[in-house]
Amino acid sequence: MITNRYFDFPTLGWRSYFDELDRVRQYIDRLMRDTEPQAFRTPGRGVFPLLNLTEDGDNYYLRAELPGVKNEDLEINATDNNISISGERKLPEENEGARFHRRERNSGKFSRAITLPGKIDNDKISANLANGMLTITVPKAESAKPRQIQIH
Amino acid sequence: MADTNAREMQVKEKQEVNKPEQTRPEPIFTPPVDIFETEKEITLLADLPGVTSENLSIDLNDRVLTLTGNIEPFENADEEDLVIEYEVGQYYRQFTLSEIIDEDKIEANLGDGVLRLTLPKAEKAQPKKIEVKSG
Repeated sequence: MITNRYFDFPTLGWRSYFDELDRVRQYIDRLMRDTEPQAFRTPGRGVFPLLNLTEDGDNYYLRAELPGVKNEDLEINATDNNISISGERKLPEENEGARFHRRERNSGKFSRAITLPGKIDNDKISANLANGMLTITVPKAESAKPRQIQIH
Repeated sequence: MADTNAREMQVKEKQEVNKPEQTRPEPIFTPPVDIFETEKEITLLADLPGVTSENLSIDLNDRVLTLTGNIEPFENADEEDLVIEYEVGQYYRQFTLSEIIDEDKIEANLGDGVLRLTLPKAEKAQPKKIEVKSG
């Protein structure tokens, strides 16, 4: 296809070389754009709050750092094997007359959903928020637990 | 501050610091802080998720304020990592204060992973009269 195009050119001046390069660049751009969402980006990455997911034989553990978030401002929902965490971080209003030197902490709403890799037992999920660290313990469904097979 | 309700939280990557004299292999992060000042005091708020009051040390020495927070491992040993988006480690940050602080009245309060440190400014030093004794 490319050779076809190359030889079909009416004139082969410098200008058309650059035109051809331009076309190739556009072609590659389009290719990258089409494949990017599936291949290069992990869905949900970079969305607050950042999550760490670990597992052992019985449970999945989902952890997030949420300093300054109160229990009542946090909502956790589970459907099938999706867990969604949403809430709001409120920073208390400070004195009007206060003069700020640094302001690095943010407040605002957040919402995030994650799909767990296996089947879970929806009824027995427990969550704990301590010292600004959220831990959600998600028990695996009986069918998803690893089973040791006895050899007789 | 009126528009806070509409704002969405953005991910802020933890800032890692390089402390050459480090003795532990874990990373060290700079906690995000708010610092504000009124006539009477300086208040410092720091996000230290996972740090308990026993593991936090606040040190004021010659106008240099040092915050160090250690994290105890909270994962069970047999847990396997599936997705890791953030790392945990020590927190460390140092400030130089321009005001003289009344060290006896410093208050520190750690709740929900947020440290609130109140540093009252010292009363203006009273002019001291020096008596000259003859003899």
